[in-house]
Amino acid sequence: MADSGTPTHQDEYPRTRASWFFSGVWLITSIPALILITAHVGFAGFASESGVSLLQATFMVAAIWALPANIVLIGAIAGGYSLVGAGIAVGLSSIRLMPMVAAFVPELRGPKTRKITLLLLSHFIAVTAWVIGMERLQHVPRDMRTAYFAGLGITLTLTNTLVVAIVYFLSADFPPMVFAALFFLTPMYFLTSLWGSARDKSIHVAMVSGLLLFPLIHWIAPAYDLLLTGVAGGAVTMVYVHLVNRSRAS
Amino acid sequence: MTWQSLTDWWWPYLFILLAGWLPTDMWRFIGVFIGGRVREDSQALVAVRAVATALVAGVIAQLILYPSGVLADSPVILRVGAAAAGFLAYVTLGRRVIISVIVGEIVLLAGLQLTS
Repeated sequence: MADSGTPTHQDEYPRTRASWFFSGVWLITSIPALILITAHVGFAGFASESGVSLLQATFMVAAIWALPANIVLIGAIAGGYSLVGAGIAVGLSSIRLMPMVAAFVPELRGPKTRKITLLLLSHFIAVTAWVIGMERLQHVPRDMRTAYFAGLGITLTLTNTLVVAIVYFLSADFPPMVFAALFFLTPMYFLTSLWGSARDKSIHVAMVSGLLLFPLIHWIAPAYDLLLTGVAGGAVTMVYVHLVNRSRAS
Repeated sequence: MTWQSLTDWWWPYLFILLAGWLPTDMWRFIGVFIGGRVREDSQALVAVRAVATALVAGVIAQLILYPSGVLADSPVILRVGAAAAGFLAYVTLGRRVIISVIVGEIVLLAGLQLTS
């Protein structure tokens, strides 16, 4: 094969790991990253109202890196929960990360990725990074994906940790209308970006069933609403996938 | 043992690690091991992805239907209407996320002005 050595367009300009890392870092300027920052502005206000110190609030954001878990933990502290009680409450709110990470890992890993790398990077997976990653990783070469996601995940976490410290320090106060608008950004953004990132119809089925089942399940079992919504919505989706495959086969 | 059990400076940080970090990253690490076992093209991955997506959709529904903070004072029908308007704008006006966010926010803020 005389042509086999001909460089393709990509081979001509091979990008280094560092270059992909910085592409990930640059995503801090993307709209979802900015929306997450506004959510943390709100969190800083909540933390300072709840009597958690600046350094404690900052430490929480970096160590836990999941906003709902942070809010649950502060609620448990304010409610005088024991260490074990608070841990269980946080654990319940964080179970959702397990299927999210399990679905993310096959997207993230390259042929030579070590388990320890995945374990370290998994700390940076929360809803925003998950939605961005599921949308963009498919366009990144396999062996560069961990570098790209490291840039994105570490920058998102550090920036928001800093944002919480600064906003808490300035004890910035906004009119309630501004807070209402800020809090609404997150669900509105997730709704359309998750819809847009879907690669096949099954994701849309999963989304619609999750949205519709949640209020019903919340009404029946408020303590496990998110987890049960995931399982039930997933089951509905698998029935749909099964029916589609069968009608294709026949 | 509660948050206030010990007055040492390090206690709140240990409390955050044990009651916050551990029960959160534990699930992430389990997720890495489960994700390492599913093959790229398998039905299992389709199922895991479906569960994760339905779960994230549940988070979205939660933030719209049962929000915390000031948004909780607004009528639920307004929040659902604003989200629906934003989504409709996304689907009809060229599938741009930013358009859905702007339209959703305009409807929400207009509604808040009218109802307050």
